[in-house]
Amino acid sequence: MDFLSSHLLSVILFFPVFAAIVIGFLPKGEDKLVRWTALIASLVPLALTLVLWSNFDANAAGTFQFEENYIWYETINSNFHIGVDGISLSMVLLTTLLTPLAILASFSVKEKVKAYMMLFLFLEMGMLGVFLSMDLLIFFVFWEIGLVPMYFLINQWGSKNRNYASLKFMIYTVGGSLGLLLAIQLLGVLFGTYDLAEIVAGWNALSDSTIVMGMYVSTIKTITFWAFVVAFAIKVPVWPFHTWLPDAHTEAPTAGSMILAGVLLKLGAYGFIRLVLPLYPGQSEHFAGWLAFLAVMAIVFGAFGAYGQYDFKRLVAYSSVNHMGFVLLGIAAAAKAYGTANAHIAMNGAVLQMFNHGLSAAGMFFLVGVIYERTHTRDLRKFGGLFPLVPIYGGILIFTSMASLGLPGLNGFVSEFLVVRGAWGELAGYTAAGMLGLLFTGAYILKGIKNVLHGPMNEEWAHGEHKLTEINTREIVVMIPLMALMLSLGIWPSWLLTVINNAVTALF
Amino acid sequence: MATENIIWLLPLPPLLAFVIIVLFTNKSNKLSHSIGVGAAALSWAGAMTVFFRAIGTEHFAEHPFTDSIPWLPLGDGWLEIGVRIDPLSAAVLFFVGITVFMIFLYSVGYHNFGQPKGDHDKKGFPPHGATVEDEHGHKHTVPSVEPMYARFFAFIGLFAAGMYTLVISDNLLTLFVGWEIMGLCSYLLIGFWFQKESARNAGIKAFMTTRIGDVFMLLGLAWLYTATEKLTGTGSLAYKVIFSEEFLHDLVALDMHFLGLSAAGAIGLLLFIGAVGKSAQWPLHVWLPDAMEGPTPVSAMIHAATMVSAGVYMTIRIFPLFSAGWDGHGLTTAMSIIAFIGAFTALFAATIAVAQNDVKGVLAYSTISQLGFMMAAIGIGAYVAAAFHLVTHAFFKALLFLGSGSVIHGMEHGVLHTGDHSVDPQDMRNMGGLYKKMPITFWTFLIGGAALSGFPLVTAGFWSKDEIFADAFAHGHYWVLGTLALAAFLTAFYTMRQITMTFLGEARTPEAEHAHETNWTMTTPLVVLSIFAVGFGWVGIPEDFLTLHMPFENWFHGFVGHTVHLPTHGIEFSWWPLLISIVVALGGMGIGYLTYRNFNAKDAVDPMRKLLGPVYHFIENKWYFDEAYDVLFVKPAIWISEVFTEKMDKGVIDGILHSFGTISFAIGSTIRNQFDTPVINELIGDGSAEVVQIFGRWLRKAQTGRIQQYMLSALGVLFIIFIALYYLVLA
Repeated sequence: MDFLSSHLLSVILFFPVFAAIVIGFLPKGEDKLVRWTALIASLVPLALTLVLWSNFDANAAGTFQFEENYIWYETINSNFHIGVDGISLSMVLLTTLLTPLAILASFSVKEKVKAYMMLFLFLEMGMLGVFLSMDLLIFFVFWEIGLVPMYFLINQWGSKNRNYASLKFMIYTVGGSLGLLLAIQLLGVLFGTYDLAEIVAGWNALSDSTIVMGMYVSTIKTITFWAFVVAFAIKVPVWPFHTWLPDAHTEAPTAGSMILAGVLLKLGAYGFIRLVLPLYPGQSEHFAGWLAFLAVMAIVFGAFGAYGQYDFKRLVAYSSVNHMGFVLLGIAAAAKAYGTANAHIAMNGAVLQMFNHGLSAAGMFFLVGVIYERTHTRDLRKFGGLFPLVPIYGGILIFTSMASLGLPGLNGFVSEFLVVRGAWGELAGYTAAGMLGLLFTGAYILKGIKNVLHGPMNEEWAHGEHKLTEINTREIVVMIPLMALMLSLGIWPSWLLTVINNAVTALF
Repeated sequence: MATENIIWLLPLPPLLAFVIIVLFTNKSNKLSHSIGVGAAALSWAGAMTVFFRAIGTEHFAEHPFTDSIPWLPLGDGWLEIGVRIDPLSAAVLFFVGITVFMIFLYSVGYHNFGQPKGDHDKKGFPPHGATVEDEHGHKHTVPSVEPMYARFFAFIGLFAAGMYTLVISDNLLTLFVGWEIMGLCSYLLIGFWFQKESARNAGIKAFMTTRIGDVFMLLGLAWLYTATEKLTGTGSLAYKVIFSEEFLHDLVALDMHFLGLSAAGAIGLLLFIGAVGKSAQWPLHVWLPDAMEGPTPVSAMIHAATMVSAGVYMTIRIFPLFSAGWDGHGLTTAMSIIAFIGAFTALFAATIAVAQNDVKGVLAYSTISQLGFMMAAIGIGAYVAAAFHLVTHAFFKALLFLGSGSVIHGMEHGVLHTGDHSVDPQDMRNMGGLYKKMPITFWTFLIGGAALSGFPLVTAGFWSKDEIFADAFAHGHYWVLGTLALAAFLTAFYTMRQITMTFLGEARTPEAEHAHETNWTMTTPLVVLSIFAVGFGWVGIPEDFLTLHMPFENWFHGFVGHTVHLPTHGIEFSWWPLLISIVVALGGMGIGYLTYRNFNAKDAVDPMRKLLGPVYHFIENKWYFDEAYDVLFVKPAIWISEVFTEKMDKGVIDGILHSFGTISFAIGSTIRNQFDTPVINELIGDGSAEVVQIFGRWLRKAQTGRIQQYMLSALGVLFIIFIALYYLVLA
């Protein structure tokens, strides 16, 4: 146990890899065994995260805890340095929670089960690594590692247009991270270390008029600031870098979409919070208006985009653009108001919104998958009046839709309200414009419910071989933890918000 | 139990009823409605306990029941939420408790509990009736039980929980939570028969229209919350903070340089827009008439007990905000705007109600109109009058809606009897003479109608409406008084038109002849509510009415009036407003009766159509607001979503992305075709190979296989090397 308590983070981080390797050695054709092994293995990091959570000192959530530091690449002084603070802890919880659910959701996958499950576990490691890294270089390594399994998941298990979508996803993200890599290298060369804390301290201590590598520091900072921003903006995704998302989502397998929307998008937002704001407080404040503008465009056009869709999954995909816009709006407000109560509230809202969107988006994508698996269509015009056929599914869909819509009493409202509250004092005009998006959030959510559950029943699904079957127990089990968390965060958010708030108050 | 604890628990029974019915008892109708009605009764009992403890407390306004707990950790502090019952919320709690309980009870009968399952009933459609065989072997069609009976009780349970949450809140945030939960419930219940296109669309319309108001309200909340930062850490939305004099003083001093609004007024207006949506005021009134697509108990719920009342309640609540800086003379900008919207809505909706033939349609527009009265009242600073009218209206409008539901139910009976399903049981032209068939419904409806018309002295509606008139008159708001008086006249007129067409005269269709009275679960609520529709007015009779010294004080004024500090003094009795109120009420009712008493054939032309001509057409079509909004807002929104955004994303943005791909590909293939292939491959790559080949071919000739030749060439090479060495090194 001693080893475990001193290496808790690395065990959480690498257990999925270990499990993936074990799965690799399982006999061929034993799909059931592979599925259950993957599921049980993915529950281990979740259980350990709960241990982590209970041992985490919430009062000191602003400082990194459970740190581990090993020499990794001595020549360039990059260390394998990991740790958690309140912000990353909540993201780790989200990741380790969604992975087992995504694996359980994938029990209906029939092809190449072994490879599929292994990729999922590798993916989990990549995502966790990003949230845990305290060293820029390993941050980047994990950042890129996460892409590969997702590429194959879309490319191998996706639907019709999967080649286009996976290529777009891959090239776009890699293209975006080129600037990130260069910027990280520059910082590494400049400071002779990749340790985040040291770089932040050293970087902010440099005065703007210092000349480094033949340029003013302020110029370098502005350039590298945008390099970071573009890389993360593509991942979030921020308007106008968002068009890979609807394609990737639409083509990805259900569980892939769950993780993509639930966790991968959070990597971008996390990058903003962990790297952009601490490294570039001045630039962030200066360009906060621009960030807010992009955020509002994402909120408004994400909502319009979703409302314009007739493909259920595309509709949900666009809703991610809309919801992640609020995260960026909160970040922009925090950047503008650095150190004030408004910043703390906005940032609380942004981080909580990341968590909340993780729950509701994963839930929504799963529910779309449930009905797609049965009907083999996602065209909203081909559904209609299905409520009497699938009452339990209908109830769950309405519940999850309402969480996504931001209905007070469920989770989305708390975070959106905090973002609006924090942003109002700093970016009133943008916030007001964002309300148009909030209005149309209602419109697209109701459009989904209207076309699937309500209206005259499409008789095709009522009888015969296409008769729609009710959501099964396994699928309900996937939804229960999500719904329980949505409700608990709507009614009593302080269990999570305390951890986030203490970190945010200390950091921003 | 401590009063505060009871207050905390008030929303819980209906909320639990919702959860239990949805998760466990939805298969059993009996269990579900027992839980639902039981929960409503429990909350009612709690509400009454709180209410009577409140009125028994000395100086209650200064010492309201409050309690709060920390909810959100933000920055260095916590955002607190809590409960508060002060005189205003106690009065609202009183009517909410009673009307909600009555509506729950009524729903049992309305949804035909105890009747057989329908022959062809489907979930998502209203029940169509069932065929039963009596002991003589005759087949009858009787009403059938609602197919989603249990679900209905779950939804209205959540609805009631939302309203209780809103009323007991001590802050605008949890008020907003209750507010939005009701928004969801109204959506679910208006669209309860979701397979009907019209119901489905009406639900969406209600949700979206009120959401327009809600997003403005959210901004108002954010602003208010931000502005209180100076007073309390990260800010607060509790009434005790946002309505404190210290805070309002700061807020008034902040001029917005827009229409003379102060920050307090601007925030007040943002919040008021929320109420415009929720209480269906012009220009966001369009959802409420469509809301009658839902089952009738839902209409009563929305129109009286909960939703629209919530909007007015909130507006009365935030009175200190938009009236901040008001000295009792003239009006602040925000107050004028509210008074204008209220007065205009009151009149405008009343004109539409005149031309409605749907028995619920008349009531729907009358609700909009009456809410306009309340908004106008609060706008001119008649705080108590607005609250008073809110309460009395809730009673008589709940009564009228439930009464109209009873009428429809009776008519449906007639329709099932004759089997002619082309007869619309909601169309008043198909009715007539129902007073004989449905006496309890008739008398209670008459009481409700009289209260709505403001029938002098006995009805509650008279006293509350008179108080609004008196206040407007005393403070010189003659334009408000004039507009409202005209609206009141129309109200009396259309109400009497409705009563005449529905109940009086002779039956105009065989269906009306075969209508019959509804059962006790439906008539009991009617009787109970009619008692309040009369009696509740008596608690607000002015002490100096008719310049007499009444032997009792104006209890309502004394109780609710202390909730806020008003800059105006009590008003003295004046004959003018009283006279106006009597003349418009009696005149409107009289003319209404005279005009419609001879309306005795179902396809007769409406007398008003003859009189008004094209104007009638205009008001009959609701001033064409639906059509205008469709062109101005709905169609453009769909275009922006489906065409513009799609073009932007797939055309412009993806176009640029793809152009990167195309350009890279073009560069790649250019390099390949222009440089790689000719220069590297052909010239250098293939070229070097060729050179080697040629050389090899040439060299092959040397490969003769003869040792002597090899020796000779070796000697030759050695010779050349020596020569080279000699010249290069030695020389």
